[in-house]
Amino acid sequence: MNLTPQQAMRAAVAVPGVPRDEDGPVFREPWEARAFAMALALHEAGVFTWREWAETLGAEIKRAQAAGDPDTGETYYQHWLATLETLVAAKGVTTSDVLHRYRDAWDHAADRTPHGAPIELAPGDFG
Amino acid sequence: MTGHDHDHHDHHHHHDHDHSELSETELRVRALESILTEKGYVDPASLDLLIDLYEKKIGPRNGIRVVAKAWSDPAYHVRLMKDATAAIAELDYSGRQGEHMVVVENTPDQHNMVVCTLCSCYPHPVLGLPPVWYKSAPYRSRAVSDPRGVLQDFGVALPETTKIRVWDSTAEIRYLVLPMRPKGTDGWSAEQLAELVTRDSMIGTGLPKQPGETA
Repeated sequence: MNLTPQQAMRAAVAVPGVPRDEDGPVFREPWEARAFAMALALHEAGVFTWREWAETLGAEIKRAQAAGDPDTGETYYQHWLATLETLVAAKGVTTSDVLHRYRDAWDHAADRTPHGAPIELAPGDFG
Repeated sequence: MTGHDHDHHDHHHHHDHDHSELSETELRVRALESILTEKGYVDPASLDLLIDLYEKKIGPRNGIRVVAKAWSDPAYHVRLMKDATAAIAELDYSGRQGEHMVVVENTPDQHNMVVCTLCSCYPHPVLGLPPVWYKSAPYRSRAVSDPRGVLQDFGVALPETTKIRVWDSTAEIRYLVLPMRPKGTDGWSAEQLAELVTRDSMIGTGLPKQPGETA
C-alpha cells in the first residue's frame, strides 16, 4: 500500500486547518509528517472518512482551546495526534490501554538505550 | 535542563538521564506507529516514501543562503562562526525554541560530519526535514564507528591527511557544516555560489558542487 502526494493533497483540502501551500501539506517537524501520514494510511484503509476525522479533530481543538491552548497553529499537530489516538480506539483498531503500554515500552527502550545507540523496541520493554 | 515542555518539543535529549530521552510527543507517535505497523495498517517504508517528498520540498533553502552568504561576505562569516544562532537569525529564519546552532567549518585539515546517534535531531529551520538515511540506524551507528567508510558510500573520498570529525546533535545543539568554498569561484555573487551548495554538503556527507557541475 503506497501513499501518494495526491492523497495527501486531498486530505489537506478535506480537513480544515491543515497547514499547506499550493503543493500540499507543510510540516515543521518530522513527527508531524509521520502523524499526518499515519492518518492518511488509516483513511486509505477505510478506518474513517475525512468528515469523521474533521469532526473529531474539531472537537479536540475545541477541548484544547477551552483548556487554554493558544491556537497559534503551533499546536495543530498536537491535536492531530490526539485525534489519531481517539479514533483508533473508537474504531476498535486498538485500545487506549494498548497505546499506553506501547508508549511506556518506548519510554523504557529510550531509558535503557545509551546515548550513541539507536532506540529500538524489544519484547523486554513491555513491563 | 529543566522546565522543558513535554508536549510541544520534539527530540529532546537529556544527558542527565533523569527521564526518557524521547519527548512525550515522540513516545506517543512511536507507540502509534508500532501498533499500526503490527496490525498491518501502516507500512513504515511507505510512510518514509511520502515523508521524503516533503523533505525535498521544505528543503535546505535557508541553509543554502547561510552558506552562500558566509562564502561571499567575510564579516558575515566571522559573525556566523562566533554566534551561529544570531547570524542565522539575521537572515530571518527564526529558529525554534531553544535550538542552539553551531556552525562547524571544513578546512583542508578537517572535514566535519553531523549525525544524531540517538534519534534524528536535525537543524530543521535551516535544512528542512531530514533525509530518510539520516534517521536510519546504520547511518547513526556507522557515522561514529566508520565515518570514512560512510563518506565513501556517499562517493566522497578525502585525502588521508584530512581528519574527519563527527558531531553528535542534541536537542540543545544543532550543527551545520560550512563546506569549503569551491575553487574557481572568485568574484561570484552569493546567488551564484548558492547554486553550488547541496544539502548533503551541509550535513558533511557530501561536498559542494564544483563550478561547471551546476545544471
